[in-house]
Amino acid sequence: MPVQSEELGNTGTLAYPSRIRLPYTWHVGKVGSRFYQEIKEHCKIWGIKCPKCQRVFVPPRETCPRCYCEMNEWVEVGSTGTLLTYTVTRYAVPGIQPQKPPFALGIIRLDGASTGIAHLLGDMDFKDIAVGLRVKAVFREVRQGNYLDIKYFKPFNK
Amino acid sequence: MEKVGIIGVAQTKYQRYNPSSHAELAYEVTARALEDAGLTIDDIDNTVTVCNDFWDGRTISSMAITEATGSHKSPTTNVEGDGTYGALMGLMRILSGLHEITLVVAQSKVSEGIPSVITNAMFDPVYERMLGLDAINSSALQMRSYMYTYGVNEEQCAKVSVKNHRNAKANPYAHLPMDITVEDVLKSRVLADPIKLLDTSPISDGACAIIMARESTAKKKHRKPVWIKGVGHCADAYHLGDRDLAEVDALVSAAQRAYDMAGITRPLKQIHVAEIYDAFSYMELMWMEGLGFCERGKAGAMVDSGSTEMNGILPVNPSGGVLSAHAVQVAGLARIAEAVLQLRGEAGDRQIDGTRVALAHGIEGACGQGQCVFILGK
Repeated sequence: MPVQSEELGNTGTLAYPSRIRLPYTWHVGKVGSRFYQEIKEHCKIWGIKCPKCQRVFVPPRETCPRCYCEMNEWVEVGSTGTLLTYTVTRYAVPGIQPQKPPFALGIIRLDGASTGIAHLLGDMDFKDIAVGLRVKAVFREVRQGNYLDIKYFKPFNK
Repeated sequence: MEKVGIIGVAQTKYQRYNPSSHAELAYEVTARALEDAGLTIDDIDNTVTVCNDFWDGRTISSMAITEATGSHKSPTTNVEGDGTYGALMGLMRILSGLHEITLVVAQSKVSEGIPSVITNAMFDPVYERMLGLDAINSSALQMRSYMYTYGVNEEQCAKVSVKNHRNAKANPYAHLPMDITVEDVLKSRVLADPIKLLDTSPISDGACAIIMARESTAKKKHRKPVWIKGVGHCADAYHLGDRDLAEVDALVSAAQRAYDMAGITRPLKQIHVAEIYDAFSYMELMWMEGLGFCERGKAGAMVDSGSTEMNGILPVNPSGGVLSAHAVQVAGLARIAEAVLQLRGEAGDRQIDGTRVALAHGIEGACGQGQCVFILGK
């Protein structure tokens, strides 16, 4: 039902509050499915290596974005890595956030990978987060074959 | 390249909660751009709209504004990205030889949706989308990376916000003209460190239209046609982790293509005013470097020196930029409209005297994945 929106003030115009809901099923694809199966079943993170430039991509995909050739060589990368950049999200957006804010996010280059992986950071004081921090993946106990099977990355010292 | 001229521009005032419908906004700028060009709708032989279904809240959203843009029963197509890409499509349609006069219309009502929910949906649904990434916190990852790599600091980013909001006071279309200090920016609420509220652009509704014509027509139809001297565009990788977020490779490539066409070898000297897509304060600095106004990492020092102020050697965003009005799909096209006004000498209190060459820039995707650069001249 149209309403006189308070935000519109005294303009005499109406607004129509509603919502869009669209169930949708995304196929992860052959390469992505194997990536998630390895995490789900073995808590291991795999990348895929370009035969031309030798870069290792995590998450894996079937073609090298630079060389535009097919990649078939699977390479296990470490569950440890180095933090390249980070932020702490301090505002709430209903429906899209994996945790109640504040929560920390970063991009991590896993040992043996050439690319970074964006993920949550946990088990650390926000003030201790720094570029270059060594971090390690913490896996969920019950895994479903999706991105959040990695619960977060936490600080790691050898 | 055959010369193509811009012979009409119009913008709405940008504001949050504009009570007009999408079609009403599109009609307002279409009618005023026609008036500016001295044309009627019968002179337009094709239309490019700039609509995005997520932002507009309906599918095939461009089809909902055909009547409003006068493109009912005429060749019309849509570009889903930033408004600069709509102008690019309009240019290409004229260069194809099939069309003579193109109308490009962008409209956006950002206040009608929830921006973070919409920008979250630009990330891969089976990968990063689940992290709650959106335009703000993904840009925070980029700002941190840029500051860390190049030693630019938060004060220098804040100075961009201070400058652009002050410039906006001379722009009647701007949404957020205001006097603020560096301290105000630094002390504003932290959204996603290091991004604070006053480092971000507002939630704006608004529209912009431009009319382009091939050379012979443009000369005949308009007293002061502005010419497209060069254009370039380039996209970087999709996944954030594939990119070095501190780098601006796609923009360097886009700028080089535009500069080569326009014969620009020393951008700082040869360009007199730049309107660039500062969705966040730090972006103005990064894009200045990608555009070759200074060396990598030196944009902060360039802002410190006042070089980009209204009276500086290269005024950047005299309109107040995107920080002062951000009707998402519209923002790049508004940069072009502002550059046209500068070149005509019709930019009012924000006029930069002696402008003969102007740059307009747009981005699309997360952290400036796609980059588009226009060089315009008299």
